[in-house]
Amino acid sequence: MSNQQLLIALYTIVHREIRRFTRIWAQTLLPPAITMSLYFVIFGNLIGSRIGEMGGFSYMEFIVPGLIMMSVITNSYSNVVSSFYSAKFQGNVEELLVSPMPNWIILVGYIIGGVARGLIVGFIVTILSLFFTDLQVHSLPIIIIVTLLTSILFATGGFINAMLANSFDDVSIVPTFILTPLTYLGGVFYSISLLPDFWQGVSQLNPILYMVSTFRYGILGASDINIYTSLSVIVVFMLILFFIALNMLTKGKGIRT
Amino acid sequence: MSAALTIKNLSKTYGDGFAALKNVSFEVQQGDFFALLGPNGAGKSTTLGIVSSLVNATSGQVSIFGYDLVTDTANAKKNLGVVPQEFNFNAFETVHNIVRTQAGFYGLSAKIADSRTQYYLQKLGLWDKKNTPARMLSGGMKRRLMIARALVHEPKLLILDEPTAGVDIELRRSMWSFLQEINAAGTTIILTTHYLEEAEHLCKNVAIIDAGKIIQNTSIKALLQQLDSECFVLDLTANIEQAPHIEGYKTSLEDQHSILVEVKKGQTLNALFKQLELLNLNVTSMRNKSNRLEEMFLSMVESKLEQKE
Repeated sequence: MSNQQLLIALYTIVHREIRRFTRIWAQTLLPPAITMSLYFVIFGNLIGSRIGEMGGFSYMEFIVPGLIMMSVITNSYSNVVSSFYSAKFQGNVEELLVSPMPNWIILVGYIIGGVARGLIVGFIVTILSLFFTDLQVHSLPIIIIVTLLTSILFATGGFINAMLANSFDDVSIVPTFILTPLTYLGGVFYSISLLPDFWQGVSQLNPILYMVSTFRYGILGASDINIYTSLSVIVVFMLILFFIALNMLTKGKGIRT
Repeated sequence: MSAALTIKNLSKTYGDGFAALKNVSFEVQQGDFFALLGPNGAGKSTTLGIVSSLVNATSGQVSIFGYDLVTDTANAKKNLGVVPQEFNFNAFETVHNIVRTQAGFYGLSAKIADSRTQYYLQKLGLWDKKNTPARMLSGGMKRRLMIARALVHEPKLLILDEPTAGVDIELRRSMWSFLQEINAAGTTIILTTHYLEEAEHLCKNVAIIDAGKIIQNTSIKALLQQLDSECFVLDLTANIEQAPHIEGYKTSLEDQHSILVEVKKGQTLNALFKQLELLNLNVTSMRNKSNRLEEMFLSMVESKLEQKE
């Protein structure tokens, strides 16, 4: 295929993915807006006012970046896992497999679809957070880079999950038993400096900690982790997952017999 | 001129050790209307699955219009359109979006994709359903949707896996004439079907696959010439209690008004009718007991079974 044909094919997947999640906006865009508003009210306002400062900031200021990043992570992931698994389940993944598109275009198309949903939800949650706190912007480039890298990483993770899944139950196992605990333990609601040394060390094995801390740095200018270390860790994880997903797609894991 | 499809020494063994294909080789020439026949589980869908890139081959080579499916994948796939047996579209998408999106997957420009989508939806009688979600279509419409989707990039080779399964007679006939029309316009067609009448009516050449091996690969005409006998049902004016004895012909009673007569190769219908006249039996109509290709197919598959026993 020529470069122009590749671009058309890529655009077609991305357009279809965005059309899918905007068509069912009540299931994809509305729930995170409601959930995060509840977090802002309950944790930020009601409980947060009794907690006092966290890392030198009001508790609301501290948790907002983490909650925005949490929305980006879960939505990038769930968009790809549900879309690609549905395509497997209904058989329309065959439309992609019979076409002359190279595998990397299919993968990148789905990732961009996941990133788009992650960013849109992140934007909605950011707007909502403005009703509860005044957001600073310490470093816009850091905010943009870490949000993009994180959503790419989790969209790719969602793709791998969808390829391995054999049922709708398998689709929810990773978000429920891995993603949610890692997110909650990734410094969204607390600074890891509060933890004993041992648990601080354990926390540093959690990739989500790096994303949340770097994003918080972009907004507040303070972070638990060195941001260059964080960005390097995110890029390494992203590349590893991308090549695993591409390899699985090339072998047809779960989609070709 | 390279063949439309070349399959060389194709084998497929599934993870559970089941050998679905055993060294299968055959060619389909450009412009052909080709039938791939075989009983259930014979290996037809596995063969077509490998050609369509939906099944990984264990060994062997597939090329489409000379383009190797492994080393020149994009060119091979561009020339191929696939209509699978099972409905495999997003049931929640509209008819238009399903076909238009597939055009995009082949890199067609928006202008060409839009015009082809309209052309094929109109051609297959689905244009007035363009904004209907696919799940709301009837079975026949869903089949036509898959044909429109497979044709939108105008492939030179079209594979149809049981395209008329569950389709009523009127629609089947109209699909036949549509397929004949695109075949006449130059599209090579490979068809699998359980309706052997369909294969006899449409196809020029045939391969019969059984237990993962090609047991026959010839023209439909040559295959039918191998028939040793044909069975005819003769409807009579009078009621009869038992089958009449007709010298040289095997007969049996079909029902009170009709008899079954086996006419062997070399025997004539004239001689049969002379004897019937002598017996004072008047015939009002006659028909084949079953489709001729079906008889041939059954005799081949049954003889294979007997050999196994």
